Amino acid sequence: MRTLTFAQATCEAMAETMEKDPKIFVMGEDLARQGGIFGQFKGLPERFPGRIIDTPISETFIIGGGVGAALAGARPVVDMHFADFIGVPMDEIFNQMAKARYMFGGQARVPLVLRAPDGMTFQGAAQHSQCVEAWFCHIPGIQVVAPSNPYDAKMVLKAAIESDDPVLYFENKILYKEKGELPELGSEEPYQIGKAKLIRSGTDVTIVSYSIGMKNAVGAAAILEKDGIDAEVIDLISLSPWDKQAVLDSVKKTHRLCIVHEAVKQGGFGAEIAATVAEEAIEYLDAPILRYGAPFCPIPFAPTLEKKVRVYTEDLIRGIKSIF
Amino acid sequence: MFTKEELLSYYTTMVQIRQFDLEAKRAREAGEILGNVHVYVGEEAIATGVCACLNTTDYIESTHRGHGHTIAKGAQLKPMMAELYGKATGSCHGKGGSQHIADFKVGMLGANGIVGGGFGLAVGAALAARYQKTGAISVVFFGDGASNRGTFHEAANMAAAWRLPVIFVCENNGIACSTPHSTGGQQAVVDLSKRALGYGMESYVVDGNDFFSVYGAMKRLVKRARGGEGNCCGFLECQTHRPFGHIVGDVQRYRDPTQAKAQWEADDCIKNFERRCITAGWLEPQDFEAVQRAVSETIEQARQFAIDSPYPDKSQLFTDLYD
Repeated sequence: MRTLTFAQATCEAMAETMEKDPKIFVMGEDLARQGGIFGQFKGLPERFPGRIIDTPISETFIIGGGVGAALAGARPVVDMHFADFIGVPMDEIFNQMAKARYMFGGQARVPLVLRAPDGMTFQGAAQHSQCVEAWFCHIPGIQVVAPSNPYDAKMVLKAAIESDDPVLYFENKILYKEKGELPELGSEEPYQIGKAKLIRSGTDVTIVSYSIGMKNAVGAAAILEKDGIDAEVIDLISLSPWDKQAVLDSVKKTHRLCIVHEAVKQGGFGAEIAATVAEEAIEYLDAPILRYGAPFCPIPFAPTLEKKVRVYTEDLIRGIKSIF
Repeated sequence: MFTKEELLSYYTTMVQIRQFDLEAKRAREAGEILGNVHVYVGEEAIATGVCACLNTTDYIESTHRGHGHTIAKGAQLKPMMAELYGKATGSCHGKGGSQHIADFKVGMLGANGIVGGGFGLAVGAALAARYQKTGAISVVFFGDGASNRGTFHEAANMAAAWRLPVIFVCENNGIACSTPHSTGGQQAVVDLSKRALGYGMESYVVDGNDFFSVYGAMKRLVKRARGGEGNCCGFLECQTHRPFGHIVGDVQRYRDPTQAKAQWEADDCIKNFERRCITAGWLEPQDFEAVQRAVSETIEQARQFAIDSPYPDKSQLFTDLYD
């Protein structure tokens, strides 16, 4: 086993894919000179001269240009600096990137990866802290992924880069420095987009999450075990397409469901999971579905207020205990 | 100096576009085809003059008014017509329709239903061409209306800063849907080519109703783009007409339709081309008649092909989406 941070693991994925395929290049703000504002591209500009390209502050071009380059046979990876800036090139994402293959009847492929660092950190306030993954799960034609640990970060990014269709890769900013174990090179398991992972097998309640929410999910399961509640934990990893079957199968076994994500609860991806379980497996449920996410307000600056929009593991524990 | 074959081929392309779009207009008005249909009638010299300077491997990004660009780039008429009818044999297997017509085999990277949607894509295609050293260049067609989109400004800045082989071809037909370009309060700088100068691009303004002017200016821009001499992107403003409404079915409450049509008829690019060729002694009237007849037959065959083709099967709903 090897120990890497999340950021190092993404670098490894980039290097391995770029080494293999000269069609891959990277474009975004502050990448070549700075190695990315979170250091997540560190070392790559030196290793791949001319293939990590600094753009001006032109998010609309970054995505539009990425889509055009992909249509013309390249395989661009583009970086959004902060996921919050993704509203700027929204048309390029949902009317160009997402639609090209389908509306041109399969003539076009858009092998584009859009990397978007998200989540609350450094007191970022309203425009530098958001989790916006749910918006994109409402758009057919985009694959949306959000890994939770270094090993998945690497394998999911590799799968994204190797995919012939566009992928939106959400990477949580707090997770960048998190360390985790990866198998030795050569014995890693390739990831298939759309597949969830069973993190912990259990019989009493299913906890579903992704990205940084997995900290709450795993943390709660460990504590609940001491109280005699055996939780099953599922890391969705991929939100669109998502592994509906894995969740339904688990709920049919445990009869209870708890969903958690850092994003705003209203209209969050948890709502899709809850609605699907209600539609397709309500008769298996022994208790109401629990859903945790941020309250419906912009992310505030003041530490006292920011604290109030976070989801805490204790909230999950309290909630889960209340349905037994 | 052009050969007779070249002149006849340009003329054929212009007539194909004219007849294809008059047929599309008729079919839409008759309810034989549905959806949004924007015809390119009146602007044929631009697509033809521009694409005459390009290779099949070069890229074009088109607009909602995209049939002319697609034909000029070398697409086949039968699958194009079938696409307008939403048939399985269409260029996009019936999934795109008029507004999303595309033919990637000939470098036509798609009509775009989003006004100004093509700028970034065209610059990206040029970036990929340079990155992969294919030697291809890229052209983006757009209207006077689209020049006010932010997408234009980001893409123009990028193309110039990175000296990419992209040519911005502005089809200034004087009206953005219902809003006149010069008096509509849309911009302080009416002369759009001046904007290009602001980004550091070579820029020309030509009479878009004169094939030879479009071709001549485009040839110069393409030479620079291919040669990569200095800053090799360029801007070509082609001033032209829009004889009909914005879209088929538009009753044009915002202007006098008779006057707009009369202005175009007095300055029709196809008649201008004929006049020039006859005056110069390059072609005879019977050459034009022969082309007109041959094209009519091709269009009729395309129409029949479209009508006879099946609609896509229901099983196609989820194809070309996720693997």
